[in-house]
Amino acid sequence: MFDVNLLRKDFPILSREVNGQPLVYLDNAATSQTPKQVVEVISDYYYRYNANIHRGVHKLSQEATDAYEKARATIQKHFNAEHPYEIILTAGTTESINCVASGYASLLKKGDELLISALEHHSNIVPWQMLCEKTGAQLKVIPMTLQGTLDMEAFDALLNSKTQLVFVNHVSNALGTINPIQEIIEKSHAKGAKVLIDGAQASPHIKADVQALDVDYYVTSAHKLCGPTGVGMLYGKSELLNLLPAYQGGGEMIATVSFEKTTYAGLPHKFEAGTPNIAGGIAFGAALDYMNEIGFEAIAKYEAELLAYATTALEKIEGLKIYGEALKKTAVISFNVGSIHPYDIGSILDQMGIAVRTGHHCAQPIMDFYKIPGTVRASFSFYNTFEEIDLLEKGIRRAVAMLQ
Amino acid sequence: MKTIEAIQEEIVEEFSLFEDWMQRYEHMIDLGKSLPLIKEEFKTDNYIIKGCQSKVWVHAALEDNKLNFTADSDAIITKGIIAILIRVFSAQHPKDILSANTDFIDQIGLKEHLSPTRANGLVSMIKQIKMYAVAFQTQLN
Repeated sequence: MFDVNLLRKDFPILSREVNGQPLVYLDNAATSQTPKQVVEVISDYYYRYNANIHRGVHKLSQEATDAYEKARATIQKHFNAEHPYEIILTAGTTESINCVASGYASLLKKGDELLISALEHHSNIVPWQMLCEKTGAQLKVIPMTLQGTLDMEAFDALLNSKTQLVFVNHVSNALGTINPIQEIIEKSHAKGAKVLIDGAQASPHIKADVQALDVDYYVTSAHKLCGPTGVGMLYGKSELLNLLPAYQGGGEMIATVSFEKTTYAGLPHKFEAGTPNIAGGIAFGAALDYMNEIGFEAIAKYEAELLAYATTALEKIEGLKIYGEALKKTAVISFNVGSIHPYDIGSILDQMGIAVRTGHHCAQPIMDFYKIPGTVRASFSFYNTFEEIDLLEKGIRRAVAMLQ
Repeated sequence: MKTIEAIQEEIVEEFSLFEDWMQRYEHMIDLGKSLPLIKEEFKTDNYIIKGCQSKVWVHAALEDNKLNFTADSDAIITKGIIAILIRVFSAQHPKDILSANTDFIDQIGLKEHLSPTRANGLVSMIKQIKMYAVAFQTQLN
């Protein structure tokens, strides 16, 4: 039974005060809060079995290795990957994308085309631009509509036999739009293109099944889904990961090293050079366990209620305009009020203990499209309450009164 | 002419009358309304301060060995902040601007704006004002 008040007890941070007011944390799309269960897994690791993994013959090293590999299996199961070695543990979404992008530098040639969506985060734009500069491949952009959805007709027109790779986020971080990734994957495959889906914003809300999606690469970060920062995942189909050259050289990723020739280890170690974020990886698994115990269906249902309630409440505020009105979206509301600068509203809300994000949300092309400097973004999690949305509404009204 | 320190004390005193943050912010917003506005022709990338979430333009001109600043911002709170800085530093000698400290910001309850991660770029604004002072001081030497 989903009980938000009970769940909130798992997050000590939610009961702290900010500027003398109870914290209302609505910046979940930037990072989620971490429950005690996950923090305890991290401290337990450091208190009881901190050791380097995969190499040691001693007991601690074996325990740490077992825990780390168990976490990999948990992640594999969660995303329904076929093999555990298809889950590469990285420093996060950005590193996962860079790992694939740098690998394709030797696989692409001049005249190849890459398709990217207009709704991307800078981390899913810049690595591909760099790749195009290196290879002479061309970056094409799937345009967006005023509602904040992808223009799928334009996508069909852009996709052709020269298209090698397609990158789309599962959910837009700035607007919350859930993109039709199944359709994008099927159509791309029909033209022989591979698809990378950035799941950073989707993972806290939607359980992606990489086999059902038949997606080639799926990436995400643990800190968006109740895990720690500095750890994330690159899922890739094993046959593709085997083709991709290694990302970084170092220990752990080798089979044999001599000064004449080094041979690389198999998956996943080929992409995991150096000592990884061991506690982080273990905690990533614990975070997924935590969320799965609540259940993604229950989370989605409750968050949809929060979103509907917040949308209705905020739309009543005179002059408030919501950006991103896709029929399918996660619990994110990006908005502006009249011509008030988002920064002004965010600063006043902060004084009231309400944490939102303001600015371009690392998605400047979207802001350019709407010709606005940025938005205020309130993003909700399963531990937010209807009362907090009331406080947000009241806070915005107060801010607007001060600023107009 | 009042010294930088005297003006800072004056501002600290003004802000000490307020009981809560709302009054402080309202006062800051009011101060923004009296900001000596930068000429439209200077609202270009040459005069913009980098590192702010909102846009801030600052222009400086030397007159009788004193620096006069004009500015503007597209955000109201930022406009208030730059107005306070300009009230402190305008009509002052470049070398006095260079040697001035900015501890008063802490005292008027705007400490959170001093953090370098803060997107309003108060730190960048102060840096820019000091850069102008360096440039004009070199000219005077």
